[in-house]
Order: sequence, then C-alpha cells, then structure tokens
Amino acid sequence: MTDATTTSSQSTSPFGSVIQWLLRNHIWVFLALTIVVFSLASPYFLTVKNMSNILTQGAFIGILAIGMTMVMIDGEIDLSVGAILALACALSIGLQPVIGSWPAVFVGLLSGAALGFVNGTLVALSGMHSFIVTLGALIGIRGLVFVYTGENALMVEDFAYTEIAEVYLGPLSLTAMLFIALALFFQWILSSTRHGRETYAVGDNIEAAHDAGINVKRHKIINFTLCGTLAAVCGILLSMRLGTAEPNAGKVWELWTIIAVVLGGTRLQGGYGSMWMTIGGVFTLAVLRNGLRLLNTPNYVELMVMGAVLILALVLDKALNHRGDH
Amino acid sequence: MTDVILEVRDITKTFPGVKALDAVSFDIRPGEVHALVGENGAGKSTLMKTLAGLHQPDGGEILYMGKPITVAGPLEARQEGILLIHQELSLSPELSVAENIYLGAWPTNRFGVLKKRELRQNSAKALKALGCGFGPDVRVGTLSVAMQQMVEIARAEAFRANVVIFDEPTASLTDNEKDQLFQTIRNLKSKGVGIVYISHKMDEIFDITDRITVLRDGQVQGTVDTAGTDLNQITRMMIGRTLDNYFVKAKAEFGEEVLRVEGLSNKGLFRDVSFSVRQGEVLGLYGLVGAGRSEVVETIFGVRKADGGKLWWNGAEIPLPTPRQSIDMGMALVPESRKEQGLVLMMGGRENTSLPHLQLFSSGSIMDKKKELETYRKYQEALAIKTTGPDQAVSQLSGGNQQKFVLAKWLCANPKLIILDEPTRGIDVGSKSAIHELIAELAEKGLAVIVISSEMPEVLGVSHRVLTMSEGAVVAAFEGDGLTEENLIDAVSHQPASVAAE
Repeated sequence: MTDATTTSSQSTSPFGSVIQWLLRNHIWVFLALTIVVFSLASPYFLTVKNMSNILTQGAFIGILAIGMTMVMIDGEIDLSVGAILALACALSIGLQPVIGSWPAVFVGLLSGAALGFVNGTLVALSGMHSFIVTLGALIGIRGLVFVYTGENALMVEDFAYTEIAEVYLGPLSLTAMLFIALALFFQWILSSTRHGRETYAVGDNIEAAHDAGINVKRHKIINFTLCGTLAAVCGILLSMRLGTAEPNAGKVWELWTIIAVVLGGTRLQGGYGSMWMTIGGVFTLAVLRNGLRLLNTPNYVELMVMGAVLILALVLDKALNHRGDH
Repeated sequence: MTDVILEVRDITKTFPGVKALDAVSFDIRPGEVHALVGENGAGKSTLMKTLAGLHQPDGGEILYMGKPITVAGPLEARQEGILLIHQELSLSPELSVAENIYLGAWPTNRFGVLKKRELRQNSAKALKALGCGFGPDVRVGTLSVAMQQMVEIARAEAFRANVVIFDEPTASLTDNEKDQLFQTIRNLKSKGVGIVYISHKMDEIFDITDRITVLRDGQVQGTVDTAGTDLNQITRMMIGRTLDNYFVKAKAEFGEEVLRVEGLSNKGLFRDVSFSVRQGEVLGLYGLVGAGRSEVVETIFGVRKADGGKLWWNGAEIPLPTPRQSIDMGMALVPESRKEQGLVLMMGGRENTSLPHLQLFSSGSIMDKKKELETYRKYQEALAIKTTGPDQAVSQLSGGNQQKFVLAKWLCANPKLIILDEPTRGIDVGSKSAIHELIAELAEKGLAVIVISSEMPEVLGVSHRVLTMSEGAVVAAFEGDGLTEENLIDAVSHQPASVAAE
C-alpha cells in the first residue's frame, strides 16, 4: 500500500497529489471538520472577530510549536519552553526601567537562546534523555522566574510598549502574522536547507546520520537553541500583549504545545513531521478550545473533550499512515 | 598509476582491555575483490571502521594512492572515495533516495540552501549507472532491503568511490538478489574500483573474490590468492590455535537417553538435524559462526519455531515444546549473550537466581524470601561466586561471576538437560576452568549436557562426543579417539552438498 502511494506521488496528476498531501496532513481535514461543526453549533463562531481571536490565541502556542517541531523531528523533546517563555516575559518587562524597552526585549530574547543552548549542550554531551534534562530546566527556570519577579506580577511602566503588538493587518494581529511567517520560514528550512535534511536524518536514524558524518551533537544544540529562542519570542509577544509579566505565565503551555505538534502528525520518536502539520495542529487545538468555550462548556468537560480528541487523532494517524512499522 | 589504491601499514587499535587490531597490514588493488575473513571478534569490523573514518587508529599509517592520509571522519572518507556499506543499512527511511545517497553531504550553496535539482539529477545518474529500477524521489522506507542496499551502493557512483567496503552484504538477501549484487560488484570491479568483501559465507568468498586476508585476534594470519587456496587452508588460518589448556573430562558413564531429535528443520537456518544425548554425557556442538548451532538449540528449547522434526524426551515422543514447557520438564538453556538474554543486570544475584522459577520460591504470589536467600547462598558457595552480597547488582560483577549466576539460576530448578551456548565467551582464564570443572561435575551427577563452543580446545576438552555443523547441517560426529583438531577442521571446512545446492 505504501508502495502504491509513493508511485502516485510521482505521477503528476494534481488531484492525486492533493489527496496525497491530505493523507499526510489529515489534520487539515480534521480542522475543517471542527470549523464546520462549531459554525453550525454557535452563531458566534464563524465571525471575523472570533476568527481573528482564534488566530491570535493559537499563535502563542504556535510559535512554541515551531521550535518544538524542530526538536521533535530530531527525536527529542523540550519541556522547558513554558518556563523560558515566562523568564523572557519577565526580563523584557522588568529590565525596561533599567536599560530601556528594546534592550530589555533583546536581553529577553538572549535569555531564551542561552537556555536553549544549555539544554541542547546538556542533552548532546551528557547523553541524558532530553525529557529529563528539560524537565529539570522547566522546574529550575520557573524557580528563577519566581526569584526574579519576587513572586509578584511585574507591570510595564511605558504603555507605548503594549501598543506594539496592536498592529493588525485586517483580522491578523502582529502575533498571528509573526507565527505564520516564522512557520513558513521554518518549513522552508526543513524542506530546502542542509539543516532541515539533517533534522530528519538525525531523528530518523541517528546511527546512519552519524555514520554519514553529520555532526549530531552540534546539530541538536542548534535545534534546542532555536527552540529556546522561539520560546523567548513568544514570551516577549505575551509581555507586549498583556503589559504584565506573571511568574506563572505559560504554565503547562509546554503540554499544549506538545499536544498541538503531535496532533498535527509529527512523530514523537522523530524523523517525520513538518510545519504544515504543526500549523494544522495548532489551529485545530485553538478552534477546539475556542469553540467549546463559546458553547459554554464547563472547564473540566473541555479538558475531557480535548483529551479524547488527542487520542482519537493519534489513532487516526496510525490507521491512515501505517507508520507502526518503525 | 600505482598498482595499489589503499594500503594499511601496521595499524593498531586498542579498546579498553582489548587489542582489537595488532599491527595489521594489508592492501587493496584497483579492480580486485579482496575478502576479509575471520571469526567474530577477529577485528574485521574495527579495521573497516578505521578505514571509513569511524575509528581513529592508535598507530600505523594508511596510504591512499601512495600518499599517507588521515581519515578524520566518515564524511572525509566518502569525499576521498572510500565508502563503507554497512551490514545494518545506514539509511534514513523517511528521506528520499536522492537525499539518502548524499546523506550528510547534500549539495548546497554557501548559505546551506539545498541545490535540489543538482541533488536529483546526480542521484538519477548514479541510479541509472547501476541499473536501478526506481527513481531518486522514492521514500527509502518503501523500498525492499535489496533496493535499499542499491541506494547505498549508488553512493559509490555519486562520490566516484575508489574503494568500496561491503560488510556482510548478503546477510538479508534472497539468492536472486545476491546474484544481482554480485553483478553490481563485478561492474564496479571492471571500472577499476577496489572492493573489500567481508563475509562469513565461504562459498560467496570463493565465488567473487580475488584475494583473501585472514584476521585472527586482531592480527593478520596471511593474505592468499583465492585461486591458489581452498576452504581447508582458510579455515585453519581462521581457527587454528595452539593453546595448551588442561581440561577435565567427566567420567564416561552414560545412563538413559534424555533427549532425541530427528529431522529437525528450520527454514533458512538449518535442516534435517538429528542427534540424541544421554544422562551423564557431554555433547559438543562445533562449527563456525553462522553454521546454525545456536539456532538448533533455540529451536529445541522452543524460542524459535521449527518447520519440521520430531522430539523424544525421556524416551517418549512429545510435540515440540514452548519455552515454558521446556523449563517445566527440566530443560535449561544458557544463552550465548548473557547480558541480553541471561541476566537482569540491575538485580542482585539473589533475585537473578530465582527469576525463572519464581513458583518454586513463592506461595500464591507472595515471595518466600528466606528460601530464595538459602538457595542463593547454596549456589554462591558451590560455584564460588565472588560478590559483596546477595543484592549486589550483577552488572558490577566480572564476566566469569556473571556467567556463574546464569548457571546458578538454571541449576536451582534441578534440570535433566542443560544446554550451554558459548559458556566461556569473554571470561577470564581462571573462571573458564572453573566452568569446565562444573560441566564435568554436572555430567557426573547424571545430567545430560550440550555445549556449544567456537573454541576448539574447549569443545574437544569437555565433550564425550562432538557434532560438527556447517551451513545449517550436521556434517560429522566424532567420539573417543576421533576427537582431534584435524578431524574437526576437516569436517567444518567440508561443504554439505545438500545445502550448497539449495
């Protein structure tokens, strides 16, 4: 069956390649389905304003999910993105009175890159599993955020700062635009650059990648650094949008991020996935959360539905793609 | 042009505790197929990995096209034109054929952006030169093993390799695919490529190679022209050793027959194996690696499913058992790789000893810890196992002491037949003779013992009777005065006609 699908991708029939693309990115079918269901269920769902909301809400998890996708195709995981986000958020607000807005933002960005680099270095050089390394980082960095903020929310003093994120292009907020631009850019990295090929090769068969002379350690450090940097970008955008830095900002977002990526179809064991899948997963998750709230679903029911959907999506993924063989 | 592409001079490589390569020298000429043979652990893979840049040698030099070079890494090796084709194929199943051919060395501009068209075109050219029936865009995971191997060989075309090293290339190929592979190898050869061919399969070596270099214990035993030698000579070079060990042999007092198999077969592994073993008898199974020795006993024990054959236990014919039934009726199999199959390394000796027979140490599902400890003490003393206590993780013990625990755990169920697969591999000399004494002791107590070993002196020293296997068939049996090195070497270098014709 896999042989047949491969040959069909070779035949240049546009219809066949659309089917092929949808089979790989079936999350988009699922996304369309959820949009139809919620449109029928609630008159408030399919409005420009609500769509704009979904795009913005989804974009925060989405920016985290871009870095997570890179790390997950490598066969690793980064649980510390929520905490890195909180630190970048706190630094970019807390340092403003000291060094000014833009330098503060820069330091926030740098903190994410540095922590990602440390994560990657520890994973690559110690041989510990990234689950453990980044779980430690998650707890440690969150503690650091509490120490830095003194357990209080930091408030922005210069309110011009909060205006930055208020740029809209039609229904698209700056955050949503940035997410989509970054996702497209990283899709290009994955499909058209050496680094992208390395990512698949390392996640798919690390022995083969090593034997082919790919510097696996350096490669992983780069992807963890990218993931940390993107988490910081997300934290800075959040600080602009909220004007405050909560020490608890981004708590359990790493889980929603992982869910979005896995929902999209990127394989947890690595070697397979794309930004197209991740975009689909991110928006499916955003639509589900938004739609269930519009229907006044109690919070705990919402969680139950989300849990069930995640498992269902993964079962579907297995059934559609027959990827259980390796 | 020189008549040698690649020359290795006095290469030495030491791993902790092992001298894997000891002043190894050999050379590869353009347009020849040069076989590298030797038993497991002889140093073939280490040598090849050194050439391919995966290991750095501790001493000696490599001359390539007459000039000394250092092969810094696998990428450098490939760019120089030295290509290793791994036994476990070294490919990324999710990537396309083209991406795999250039794995790690994709053509890019200076910003790291892929030149996709160049990648496709060059790959297509390489595939065409090999006559492959698939294009560069196919996902490698959808190809058969033989086709995947062609993808690796396509790297030879793509990188214009001068030296191609094949490590056990036919291990998972059908006969048809093997013929195609040999055709490809001959094509490469006609283009002046120097080929190194590593294999355990002697018929292939005599079929395709021009010269043969034999390695043993990290040393070159000699290089000979394939046309001027025969299997007997090569086998002698591979296994002949002159270690004068002292062996204790159990008194030859045999009782009832414990196990008999007739016509046991397992497709592709061995065929039509028949033998029996009696109480108090030590039966040796000897043959080169890949002859099917381990597979035979694993099939008897039930780990592998047989395709045919009959089995008698204590004189009564029974259906081929499952492993659980084998254990229950008193059969014990001590596997070759004790780390993978024999012991739970994180557990102590006490828990490891009781593991396969928990029902003996428990009432209901509650463990009888006192009985467990007593049993542990009994065997720890009887086998003189050195530990700091019953709960010291066995991973911290020496190989010899680990092996004794493997024996202890099977002995505490009082088996009637114990099968030992390479019982002394990788353990020190002192522990070796302790295990040999133990084998004799067990036989004298009336157990039937089957010993599989690649070490000829061991097999000759402990066994009352030796069966030799070659390519999946029992080719000869020796006992008494017939138990000599000469006889065994002659037997294993003999090709069983029935199998060779298959």
